[in-house]
Amino acid sequence: MDFVTGLRCRECARPYPAEALHVCDYCFGPLEVVYDYDALRSTLTRAQIEAGPQTIWRYAPLLPVSDPAPIDLGAGFTPLVRADRLAAELGLGELWIKNDTANPTGSFKDRVVSVALTKARQLGFKVAACASTGNLANSVAAHAARAGMVSVVFIPRDLEVAKVVTTAVYGGHLVAVEGTYDDVNRLCAELASEHPSWAFVNVNVRTYYAEGSKTLAFEVAEQLGWTAPDHVVVPVASGSQLTKVARGFTELYEVGLLDDEPHVRVSGAQAAGCSPVASAFAAGADAIRPVKPDTIAKSLAIGNPADGWYALQAVRSSGGAFEAVTDDEILDGIRLLARSEGIFAETAGGVTIAALAKLAAAGVVRRDERVVAYVTGHGLKTVEALVSTTGPTATIAPTLDAFTQAVDVAGDPDGGPSWA
Amino acid sequence: MGVTVRVPAQLRTLTGGSGEVEVEGSSVGEVLKALDAAHPGFGDRLFDDTGGLRRFVNVFLADEDVRFLQGLATPVTDGATVSIVPAVAGG
Repeated sequence: MDFVTGLRCRECARPYPAEALHVCDYCFGPLEVVYDYDALRSTLTRAQIEAGPQTIWRYAPLLPVSDPAPIDLGAGFTPLVRADRLAAELGLGELWIKNDTANPTGSFKDRVVSVALTKARQLGFKVAACASTGNLANSVAAHAARAGMVSVVFIPRDLEVAKVVTTAVYGGHLVAVEGTYDDVNRLCAELASEHPSWAFVNVNVRTYYAEGSKTLAFEVAEQLGWTAPDHVVVPVASGSQLTKVARGFTELYEVGLLDDEPHVRVSGAQAAGCSPVASAFAAGADAIRPVKPDTIAKSLAIGNPADGWYALQAVRSSGGAFEAVTDDEILDGIRLLARSEGIFAETAGGVTIAALAKLAAAGVVRRDERVVAYVTGHGLKTVEALVSTTGPTATIAPTLDAFTQAVDVAGDPDGGPSWA
Repeated sequence: MGVTVRVPAQLRTLTGGSGEVEVEGSSVGEVLKALDAAHPGFGDRLFDDTGGLRRFVNVFLADEDVRFLQGLATPVTDGATVSIVPAVAGG
């Protein structure tokens, strides 16, 4: 059994049943899952979670669906890596990278999709659909294939080649739309009204889907010995992930799995070419003005973010900040993380690291804090962002002379060549 | 000939189940007011206390979010399509 008691509008608190509903019929506010926290507090233990599978499903009681055999490719429980060399470069103290590139389809989206499609199947859906900037497309196509569901995935036509191929290979319908992600999303929001028998993971079952991102907080707390970090840096597209990460730490405390009330500062990272939430933060504004995205960080290129307002509130109320970074800074961020820690992130990870660097330089992220940066997608998905600037350091004829002339390896214990 | 308004599933109880209705109006704001006159209840659902669109309602003229145009003052011509779309989707 699960611990869900129903859904509730986040804005006007109207109650709804735990069905395929995502917005309030009355005020259009987002619906949220309501759990029986008293029952969770009295039954759920750390030992029970620690004995569970090495996936997000170890937190099943805190997820909105109970199923002994969930639709699962092994999402979650990704490495939390201590990043001392990167910390030294940025002038920070204790820095960790949550390496969510290690998920089955290479991004955090496997967490939310595993939850959403397991719930969708329980509700009787046989078609899985989504609007995607690429990572979600990969994950929905893969999980649908795993479950024997039909998938219908919508993407903007100009996506990175890797994200197109690694979606199409799973054999579902892949529809490339002539427009931006916001155009694709609007199309899917309208299609959801016309195809009520399809589970659009980020439309009509979005309420459940979003809950999967809480596991990004649960895992970090567990991996830090059931304590919350002081400061997290999270990339922002729709704002859902950041909002749920913030919520996840609080929820662990509410169900008694953390001893101390967490006070996690939450900071958000956006690309300067698509920074509607960071701009509102900088201006001290409440309204998020939509923008037309123009950035290499296509997985974050949402100009009209559904949860932007909530992400803004989560950052402000936690004492965090937003930072926006240019395309050049994004590429520098990818290379910095790769050369200092051996982790290859997609452009969104470059946004996170570049924003972390700027927040550290500005003294917002502090040396005395335990910091976690969320790196949420694998670099192989967006190699074309790097191909013009990142390649062999030398191209030589296959001779010893050519090598000696072209390559000088710093710190080489062999010294120079023996024949020189 | 009037303006076509596309209605999301959440509001079709106000239109007898119909996903499209025809109304008259020369601006987006007028079209939505005419919609409320023809199908009472829309005004309450779409507008907040200050008369602006609710935070989680997006309105499109053809393919463009009216916030990129002139908002509720955006001119509308006969034969145009105005879509009401819940903002909470995607990501």
